[in-house]
Amino acid sequence: MGLYLRPTDLAEALAALAESPMTVLAGGTDFYPARVGRALDDDILDITALASLSGIADAGDHFRIGATTRWSDIIAAELPNWFDGLKLAAREVGGVQIQNAGTIAGNLCNASPAADGVPPLLALDAAVELASRGGKRVLPLASFITGNHRTARAPQELLTAVLVPKPRCKARAGFAKLGARKYLVISIVVAAAVLEVAEGRIAAARIAVGACSPVAQRLRDLEGTLRGRRCAPGLGRTVEAVHLAGLAPIDDIRGTAVYRSDAARTLIARLLDDLAGAAA
Amino acid sequence: MRLALTVNGRVRMAETAPARRLADVLREELGLTGTKIGCNAGDCGACTVLLDGAQICACLVSAAQADGRSVVTVEGLAETGALGALQSAFLRHGAAQCGICTPGMLMAASDLLAREPHPGEKAVLDALSGVLCRCTGYRKIVAAVLDVADADGAPAPAVGTAVGARVPKIDGAAKLTGSERFAADAAPADALFLRAVRSPYARARFTLGSFAALHARYPGLARVLTAADIPGSNRFGIYPTGKDQPALAEGEVRFRGEAVLALVGDAATVEAIADEALPVAWEELPPVTGIAAALAPGAPALHAEKPDNLLVTGRLVRGDVEAAIAGAAAVVQGAYRTTFVEHAYIEPEAGYARRIGDRIEIFACTQTPYMDRDELALILGIRPDQVRILPSAVGGGFGGKLDLSLQPLIAVAAWLLRRPVRCVYTRPESMASTTKRHPASIRARIAADAEGRLLAVDFHADFNTGAYASWGPTVASRVPVHASGPYIVPNVRAIARAIYTNETPAGAFRGFGVPQTAVATETLLDELAEKLGIDALELRLNNALRPGLATATGQVLGASVGLVPCLKALKPRWRSARAEAARLNRGDGVVRHGVGFAAMWYGIGNTSISNPSTMRIGLDREGALTLYSGAVDIGQGANTILMQICADALGAPLAGLRLVAGDTDRTADAGKSSASRQTFISGAAVTRAAADLRRQILALAGLGEPAEIRFGGNPVTVRQGGDLRWVDLAALPASNETGDVLAGSGTFDPPTTPLDEDGQGAPYASYAFAAQLAEVAVDLGLGTVKVRRVTAAHDVGRAINPTQVEGQIHGGVAQGLGMALMEEYVPARTENLHDYLIPTIGDVPEIECLLVEAADPLGPYGAKGIGEPALVPTAPAILNAIYHATGVRLRQLPATPDRVRTALLAAGKGECHG
Repeated sequence: MGLYLRPTDLAEALAALAESPMTVLAGGTDFYPARVGRALDDDILDITALASLSGIADAGDHFRIGATTRWSDIIAAELPNWFDGLKLAAREVGGVQIQNAGTIAGNLCNASPAADGVPPLLALDAAVELASRGGKRVLPLASFITGNHRTARAPQELLTAVLVPKPRCKARAGFAKLGARKYLVISIVVAAAVLEVAEGRIAAARIAVGACSPVAQRLRDLEGTLRGRRCAPGLGRTVEAVHLAGLAPIDDIRGTAVYRSDAARTLIARLLDDLAGAAA
Repeated sequence: MRLALTVNGRVRMAETAPARRLADVLREELGLTGTKIGCNAGDCGACTVLLDGAQICACLVSAAQADGRSVVTVEGLAETGALGALQSAFLRHGAAQCGICTPGMLMAASDLLAREPHPGEKAVLDALSGVLCRCTGYRKIVAAVLDVADADGAPAPAVGTAVGARVPKIDGAAKLTGSERFAADAAPADALFLRAVRSPYARARFTLGSFAALHARYPGLARVLTAADIPGSNRFGIYPTGKDQPALAEGEVRFRGEAVLALVGDAATVEAIADEALPVAWEELPPVTGIAAALAPGAPALHAEKPDNLLVTGRLVRGDVEAAIAGAAAVVQGAYRTTFVEHAYIEPEAGYARRIGDRIEIFACTQTPYMDRDELALILGIRPDQVRILPSAVGGGFGGKLDLSLQPLIAVAAWLLRRPVRCVYTRPESMASTTKRHPASIRARIAADAEGRLLAVDFHADFNTGAYASWGPTVASRVPVHASGPYIVPNVRAIARAIYTNETPAGAFRGFGVPQTAVATETLLDELAEKLGIDALELRLNNALRPGLATATGQVLGASVGLVPCLKALKPRWRSARAEAARLNRGDGVVRHGVGFAAMWYGIGNTSISNPSTMRIGLDREGALTLYSGAVDIGQGANTILMQICADALGAPLAGLRLVAGDTDRTADAGKSSASRQTFISGAAVTRAAADLRRQILALAGLGEPAEIRFGGNPVTVRQGGDLRWVDLAALPASNETGDVLAGSGTFDPPTTPLDEDGQGAPYASYAFAAQLAEVAVDLGLGTVKVRRVTAAHDVGRAINPTQVEGQIHGGVAQGLGMALMEEYVPARTENLHDYLIPTIGDVPEIECLLVEAADPLGPYGAKGIGEPALVPTAPAILNAIYHATGVRLRQLPATPDRVRTALLAAGKGECHG
């Protein structure tokens, strides 16, 4: 049996991490499934008693979402409509049991290529706050997740919050997920978009796709193409195959690479059409 | 740590490791086994409890996180003893079948109802979406949650009216309170734990080193079992001539997941020993994967006695197929592929064994206690009467608990160590090591004349039977009989082969190859109808088997042939659904609607072999009646069905009947709970046992039938016309074993004949018939298929309990839907319930059941079987609906979104992105 620490004070937690590497445990929704039939012998740092890590706060030019904020907290929170994509994603993370346990930081630190939480946060231009005994640093989410189940978190660091900047213009957000069954399904493709709209035209577009590359990606070319366009029905037709050229989908049991590219294009086109049709 | 939490309103303490799963603390430390463990990975929701009022998976919460908080488990829902309103609604609606997911469903529903007392259907689906069920098809669960307010229970049926009544499950209350004992829910306190060590390779040789160092390092390790420790024969299998599977491998493994060792000791020790730390030297060999590789020239032979990897061939030939096809007006043909399908019962295998003197007792989940008894006697080298099987409540079977799994290991361990030994499979272990549905590779041709009369069926199927024989011979014998479908076909050539590969053994799974067969033949019939310009339903109607006609085996059918009524029952929906689809398809929407249809027949009981059931009914000195039933209720409801039959056959009130089920020391051999046979065969045995008991009572009274016997106490009164007599039970000698003073016994073995070399004969005494209609919506852009509605017409002979018949249909349709659209077991890749997908509560549509009762004179009150027939037509009906919606034929299952989209693009029908 390993150590099990459950501090109530962040400094204590960071001191422990500085001491020796530990497995960070919060909602347990990735930790326990990885240990089916195996002894639970990790040295564990349980961060769920750190009150300062939970909850959503308006911090002026951005929102701060505490690391251990659960998906059901995000669903229940009163948030501006440009969080709609993240809220829709929250409803797709497992069943209600998983939403009641799984945390936003856990989803990011687990760094699954198919994580439903990542594309909406990429589309929100989110950053993550990493704390260690030496201090804090903030990394763009896109730099934080470095590969399939790999992140830039150093062993002595704790992801303490997700920082979501407020958009400059009126914004709308969407989320789309493709799976082979209705609930409890790992995405074949997952996509999210945020459109900032000023005077009927797209001032900024941020579109991200997951499960089509080792790390979910923003589609910068498409975003550039959309900028300045009228936000009106038919927007989905803007999406072309070349916009998805940077993705690197794989063949697996959930679908072929060719299918993933094809479906990603369809999902994004529909997402844009939905957002263009929605009231600003 | 010292843990203190409030459980069901009371503070409970436990000493436990802080990282331990809350589910384990509840079950192992606090004895609250109502919380079930199906996966330990948050995938199935069986362990759902309320933590501070919110539903969570108790397998994902650490003990430390639960400390000081409030937990409500299923045991907390009925603490007063009476069922709560939600539980009553589940009972009334038949929302619990096997009951293993029921606690999770109840807790998820409680969470919802506390926040939203009158939820709509969408809210119910969302709230319960995290709990998987494999039995019910979810619809009755949804109905129950929507109907909590209406708490009135149905009154008990009057004497003589139990058959046909919607009687709540006899064992339902236990499933709703968490008190039911499933395989992992009971074990002696001093039981050692056993963990099997399994091959990571599909094909390999291995040698074992010394275990001395291991024992020195781990004092809690009591014994390491190897093949050399098996006292008797290290070979088991379903057929006497086909016992080819070792309980522990002997230097060679033939599939990934095969057991090579068993570690026995305290729980912490056997869990802590890593496989890599064991002295096993592996030599990996190239595996034989798939049917083609197994049949390729020079392929390694899995078993020396079968050098060509061909386990068995089944064959049926009638007439001249080639000549008929040559002269036909229309011929259709196709090639089809299906995959391994996992049973995915929510209860992983579990149990314990205990040696008592020179006898061994096995408490475990099983569908076939007597076969287990005889097999374990061979493995232990003892007499069958030295083995006692105590079947646990079974948390889903579907054929997957017919074969031995952990029983040989715990039996050998307990026998040698003289200590109780328990074992609980993990979900990945259950999936990797137990049987699957056979993948099929099918080629078929069907020919008809210009009027649409079927002339010939030419059918060849190869089935991947995996590494060991298991039920491969059953598939090979059953499939040719069913290959021509429920139709008059004068010329048939049907071949089915079972082929060994280095893959998971394929065994019994609801239908024994017939669902795969129907995928080919029922979609081909659709093509034939289109080619001839005949309505698909009319084509079936014109060719349907009817009473007095001969099947392809030459068997002349009796009175109980309800296909035509099934087809006619579907006609109105067939017409209206097509019209509705046409209306919905106006315009060029990206979602296209379609309606598909498929029919089936299914032989009840084993194919051309004796498969008797014996039932006993005892009457004790106080006049209490007991049914002694060896038929295992695997959730399908055999306990309730047999009790209903028993009550009416005796003329006794159902409420007073007692049931002793399963225990091989106390019941007679009722055969397997498989082949849709328990209602038909064991039900008929119950009627005979009841007649026997009545005869004995009447003889004592000096009267004969017809007479009214009034049960309910001592004496038993007998009335015949004006003649009233009584039998004083207290004056009769009581049996030492049962305490009964009278016992009726009845045996029924369905009359069949062997099949000759051309497959001619009478393989089954009774056949069920059915037709189902599926309505789907296909998203052309993404290839996703949504089944919107299923209408199922089934000839069940007689619905002994309409609620349970509907429940079987719902569950069969759900499994058929999964097989059609999402289920694909890939060894090493989908050994869990998030990579292996079964339908969730949001995937199963409304299912309308149309029950046809073409009474079978051999069946109890006319009843036949429903378990497997429920599933057989679903997949082809969905495939036909996809074709109707899109014009594209899918010939490989499952029809996943990528396969559907790829087929649409290939047919030039999917060029849209939006």
